[in-house]
Amino acid sequence: MLSPAHQQYLLQARQMQALSFAVHIPLVCFGIAFPALVLFAEWMHMRTGDDVYRRIARRWTKVMAALFAAGVVTGTILSFEMGLLWPNFTGTFGSVFGLGFAIEGFSFFLEAIFIGIYVYGWDRLSPRTHFASGVPIVIAGMTGSLMVISVNAWMNHPGGFRFAHGRVTDVHPWRALLGNGYLWHELVHMYIAGYMVAGFVLAGAYAFGRLRGHWDRYQRVAMAIPLAAATLATVAQVFVGDWNGRDVATLQPTKLAAFEGLGHTTKGAPVHILGWYSHGRVEYGIPIPHLLSLLAFHSADATVQGLDAVGPAERPPVNVVRYAFQTMVGIGTALALLALFHIGFAVRRRRLPESTWFYRAVVLAAPLSLVALIAGWTTTETGRQPWVVYRVMRTADAVTGANGIPVGYATLAVVYLALAAGVAWVLLRLQKASD
Amino acid sequence: MLYLWPLVFVLAGLALYTVLGGADFGAGFWQLFASDDEIRDEAHHAMAPVWEANHVWLVFVLTVMWAAYPSAFGSIASTLSAPLFIAGIGIVLRGGAYALRAGTRTVVEQRHVDTVFSVSSILTPFALGTVVGGIAAGRVHVGNPGGSLVTSWLNPLSITIGVLAVAVSAYMAAVFLSGDAARLGHRDLAERFRIRALGAGLVAGAAAAVGIVVLHVDADRTFTRLTDGAGTPALAVSVLAGMATLALLWRRSYEPARYTAALAVAAIIAGWAVAQDPVLLPGLTIRQAAASHDTLVAIVVSVLAGAVVLFPSLALLFRLTLRGTLRSGPEQEHATASARPLRAGGVRLSVAFLVAGVGFLTVANAPWAHAIGVTCLFGFGVAGFRRLATTT
Repeated sequence: MLSPAHQQYLLQARQMQALSFAVHIPLVCFGIAFPALVLFAEWMHMRTGDDVYRRIARRWTKVMAALFAAGVVTGTILSFEMGLLWPNFTGTFGSVFGLGFAIEGFSFFLEAIFIGIYVYGWDRLSPRTHFASGVPIVIAGMTGSLMVISVNAWMNHPGGFRFAHGRVTDVHPWRALLGNGYLWHELVHMYIAGYMVAGFVLAGAYAFGRLRGHWDRYQRVAMAIPLAAATLATVAQVFVGDWNGRDVATLQPTKLAAFEGLGHTTKGAPVHILGWYSHGRVEYGIPIPHLLSLLAFHSADATVQGLDAVGPAERPPVNVVRYAFQTMVGIGTALALLALFHIGFAVRRRRLPESTWFYRAVVLAAPLSLVALIAGWTTTETGRQPWVVYRVMRTADAVTGANGIPVGYATLAVVYLALAAGVAWVLLRLQKASD
Repeated sequence: MLYLWPLVFVLAGLALYTVLGGADFGAGFWQLFASDDEIRDEAHHAMAPVWEANHVWLVFVLTVMWAAYPSAFGSIASTLSAPLFIAGIGIVLRGGAYALRAGTRTVVEQRHVDTVFSVSSILTPFALGTVVGGIAAGRVHVGNPGGSLVTSWLNPLSITIGVLAVAVSAYMAAVFLSGDAARLGHRDLAERFRIRALGAGLVAGAAAAVGIVVLHVDADRTFTRLTDGAGTPALAVSVLAGMATLALLWRRSYEPARYTAALAVAAIIAGWAVAQDPVLLPGLTIRQAAASHDTLVAIVVSVLAGAVVLFPSLALLFRLTLRGTLRSGPEQEHATASARPLRAGGVRLSVAFLVAGVGFLTVANAPWAHAIGVTCLFGFGVAGFRRLATTT
């Protein structure tokens, strides 16, 4: 109903949105995975009576509370920005996708309520009641992911409405959000990524401690839990990632072509590692013949649609998407090797490895998992460009007509920098308080 | 009438946010003007378990609004982008301060964090109040943006409602905190919050009275219908409930005072809505702004279903908080171990799940096979986790 506005600072608006996501998404990973890890430690204490597990669960609860607070407020900023930056998107399609966020609001409610009870209920509630109060947090983390990803999946593969003359008609919100074939691979991919990121970051902190000589039973027990979550998730992610690729190949062929820099529709298409896309082909890359056809369609001679299937104005910025994709897959592969080593060693020797190199690798895995997470979101979000709603509304038509975007962007950047510094400071303090 | 339901939810959410979230903001207000640590600490500790839940009401209001009345939401967000952005930044700073306070060690550090918290606790309700004022004054039209980016929120009615929001917040907090302190047996502290509550209540009443006068100038139709029309009963209820609250506070009946205060807030919001009905934004009625039938049904069903889960949970949180269980309840014994030996194993099962999962997810290509595959991969993680997580 609103008409598109001219916005001089469209790129800055997109960057501001990207910044907000980049800050919030790592916190979401902790929202998804951390409650389950804390509950596992608490359960182990209830089950074995081993006091180390109790100390771990209590310490992690404090970290979880601090990260959740940061997640709450950065998530709120995102819901503000849906209107502040993209009023035409929300104003035009709110009736189609808005329901997803309204339901997500209830997940958010339950998370906030039970995290309040869980965090402040230690030693005040009976052990069983306290443990039980943590379970809704885990479930709300799942349902929250489901609803938020359902909106993103709808943006990538919109359905459940008709669109003509700038207005939506014939709206079926349930079908739009939950009857969408694009939803499930994206949801599972992100949910598992949550366990990878939270697991590797937490394990990385203990590995770092070990390299500096902090290593007794507490640290060993505390590291094993997140590391197990991260490495098991990584193994599963290899196959889930492959499934994602196949769904993108069918439902968003232009995005897949951008992943691989495939300029022209090709029978028996290759994959290139590294290199640079220019003029319809990847230069200086290492080609692996037929691999793309094989991965995308399980047939070495399958035809893969190239970027030339759509006009130049409907293609995403190929090198950004391609490098984001290569970064994600490259890091994912490295993490999978680390995971296989850890799982294999632990199963055969029944203990953690002793090599310093292993702990160095785990320390490195912490930032790398974060980079892979952001790269993955860059892949899918930039890969959808120039569309905000794939092939229905352009990002340029969604943006606000209000001025002041550069001021907002700068302010938010400063505030988020301060927030990041503050959270890092708190985590260090909580860490030191333990010694 | 279906098109009105989500708006009723939005207004109920707004009332709850004003009452519950307001108490939260107000606690920050009193921290800034606290003469000593006793007040500051009480204001912090009383709110710590509940602030996140209270805050979600705002998210609820925003999301239902944009799902049910998208074009109105788009116009409001675009036109009132400045105060909304200020409120957003204020919310980030408040949440950040909550997270940071856990790490402070010295009183000086705590003071710095509390100052950030307090300033943002005043800024945020003020900014949100100006948003309400801008809409009530009819300064937001349909468009992107639909009105002046400056005078849509820097106008007499907006500023008055901004001040009113801050005063109501301070008042709700003081009422809550005096009751809380009395329950903990801190008579002296309860008394000090009571005086503050009386003061803030008078200021809020005065701001509301000024608001009525300004409304006369800024939005005459709403004024007429509020003072001499459909909205008048609500206005009367609000005034009476406000006066009753002051009387109850005077008599130290803290618990009933909380409810009459909430009633005063809810009544004035209802009065505003009734007075403005059927206009949502100038030139746009509520019916015109509403989403299509299927979406409205979906929203109503979801909100009612969500409420079935939400309200018992909220009741539990508030019961634990108001009883003081989460702050000063009796220390429970640590868990006594049942000390049954843990079964080893899980590895074979885990590997079996992995093989099956890969088969169904990667080799097969039907959606149902993918569903089985994902379930198997989940089983792989769960089956292997205990063993791997306890291998130290």
